[in-house]
Amino acid sequence: MRFELTDEQAGFARSLADLLGRSDTVGAARAWTAGDSGPGLAIWRRLADQGVNALVVPEDAGGMGGNLVDLCVAHEVLGHELAVGPWIESSAYLATALTGAARDAVASGAVATVAVPPRVPRALDADVAEQVFVLADGGLAPAAVGDLHGSVDGTRRLFDVTAEEAGGASHTDAEAAFDAAALACAAQLLGAGERILEDSVAYVKQRKQFGREIGSYQAIKHQLADVRIALDFARPLVFGAALADVPVSAAKISAVEAAHLAARTGLQVHGAIGYTAEFDLSLWLNRVRALGTAWGTPAWHRARVLDVIARGER
Amino acid sequence: MDLELSESERAFRDEVREWLAANVPTEPLPSMDTAEGFAAHQQWERRLADARLSVVSWPREMGGREASLVEWVIFEEEYYRAGAPGRVSQNGIFLLAPIIFDHGTPEQQQRFLPTMATGEQVWAQAWSEPEAGSDLASLRSTATRDDERGGWVLNGQKTWSSRAAFAHWGFGLFRSDAEAERHRGLTYFLFPLDADGITVRPIAQLDGEPGFAELFFDDVFVPDADVLGAPGDGWRVAMSTAGNERGLSLRSPGRFCATADRLVELWREAPAGEGTDDVALRVVDGWIRAQAYRLYTWGTVTRLVDGGDMGAAGSVNKVFWSELDVALHETALDVLGPDAELAGTRWMDGYLFSLSGPIYAGTNEIQRNIVAERILGLPREPKGGAR
Repeated sequence: MRFELTDEQAGFARSLADLLGRSDTVGAARAWTAGDSGPGLAIWRRLADQGVNALVVPEDAGGMGGNLVDLCVAHEVLGHELAVGPWIESSAYLATALTGAARDAVASGAVATVAVPPRVPRALDADVAEQVFVLADGGLAPAAVGDLHGSVDGTRRLFDVTAEEAGGASHTDAEAAFDAAALACAAQLLGAGERILEDSVAYVKQRKQFGREIGSYQAIKHQLADVRIALDFARPLVFGAALADVPVSAAKISAVEAAHLAARTGLQVHGAIGYTAEFDLSLWLNRVRALGTAWGTPAWHRARVLDVIARGER
Repeated sequence: MDLELSESERAFRDEVREWLAANVPTEPLPSMDTAEGFAAHQQWERRLADARLSVVSWPREMGGREASLVEWVIFEEEYYRAGAPGRVSQNGIFLLAPIIFDHGTPEQQQRFLPTMATGEQVWAQAWSEPEAGSDLASLRSTATRDDERGGWVLNGQKTWSSRAAFAHWGFGLFRSDAEAERHRGLTYFLFPLDADGITVRPIAQLDGEPGFAELFFDDVFVPDADVLGAPGDGWRVAMSTAGNERGLSLRSPGRFCATADRLVELWREAPAGEGTDDVALRVVDGWIRAQAYRLYTWGTVTRLVDGGDMGAAGSVNKVFWSELDVALHETALDVLGPDAELAGTRWMDGYLFSLSGPIYAGTNEIQRNIVAERILGLPREPKGGAR
């Protein structure tokens, strides 16, 4: 019984955070939104060098041989630092679903993306991806890229895709892949929520009104305390799901709620400045909104948990 | 990172599970806040103690079996899963005992702990006063030095004293130095509730039973042997109990997981009707939050085993479990439909009890202040502003 990250996992998180902290991820995100993928892809390659794309690929297949805990560790940092690109699609979904040469390419850092209709109807960043897939007729097929749709999160460039040939690529377990992706999404939400809380705390400590820091007022304190509490209880569900102790859907629901509370509260305590596109908080607020319904809506995940407990399996 | 129990932990779990299956009363005991129920709960404590299961984490010589923290959590999980009776001795074993272990003299430990472990002596806490609730340090009851008799004389009034209607001993803070700054000059006293000069006036709670009481002190003599810790050091000593009360010790995850499991069962067996979908989603949320609490606790246990301490995280914990407990019971009552209002059911009793959670052990407003100031590092609010 040790329900804490190992020193190695904590060290991995720190090294990823250091790397991204030195990489101007916000600048890369704004460039990505404007259609310049250069800075974002440079960061992608740096993370690939750290093995992020290969985390859940078995060692004998050239991967890191990690588990879902490692995946969550990495994605929490990606959410915290606002990394751009199809990370969930590549390092979680496709790294789990693919086999053979296609997986080797993903593990070695190729940008790959996927649509899993109906819950993930479009493929993220398909214009920059070397490989684009769609789940069709129970198999992963290479896909042709269609129209671009903008997301509320400008860094999420969503593309229509159509299967070119059914079952063109082999895959193992679509459900396990979907769960890995939903869990990675939950971990990103956790990281984004933590970041919003940190920035909000820093802001209310220096912003003064009526002669004192607004963070000294209970009305502000209690809202931010509730965010701290929500995140503290979402985290164990994310890592508990990574250990298969609770359904992934429970983790996703809880992470969405905690991150959403962080976002709403963060915006409120920042006041009007938080409502501007120029202020960086907006990037995280919109990311949280977008990820909330990505990889299964809360309602869909609730129905899944309901199904599990209704059958008395837990 | 893993959630696996060791072989010896599994063996301990099996032993506890087996004993509880054979010994937990099939019919719920009467309320511990009645004379009859109090006695029945005391007898239950005796049975637990005979099996060395009343205070598993304590040293052997005090009635325990030196269980590890992990084993303690396992015990609690099994205890609640088995639907075993509430612990009438919980104020003593969870709130006072840790202080006696840390601050008591060997003589006090010998005199108080074994009888606490068997339920022979049941303890009541005496913190709040009519004018000192959340602002506990403003308490006014006094302790005056009596050198001639070698002790102190207590005067004043305590209130909301849980279990005091039927308990044998009390513990609480009194102002022993009127001149000192308000957090100093307080002393921690232990006193028999039948001492000369103590009047106990039971107070009926929301459920109509006298779960707490007012205590009036009129020149009550307490010998030096019954002072816990050093005179004047009572605040520091007491704050370690406050941490215990809102932290891990009283609110083991077993309690909420067992309630969530019973809620799921209730919902599964309930006939479909109006609003079924709405209630179903609340059942899901309650179940998820109970799992979150269980997993969170394993994280806390890991940190404590590694030598960390709870710190202000106890306040995070307290807000979460107290609100979870209310939500689980409210959902269950909604599943029950029009029968929910019937008095004396397990769900209604549990609901009424859950409503006290956000208030006792430091209100949730105070807990949120602590989370904001000590964990998030937000500036303290200027206290007692000019009027």
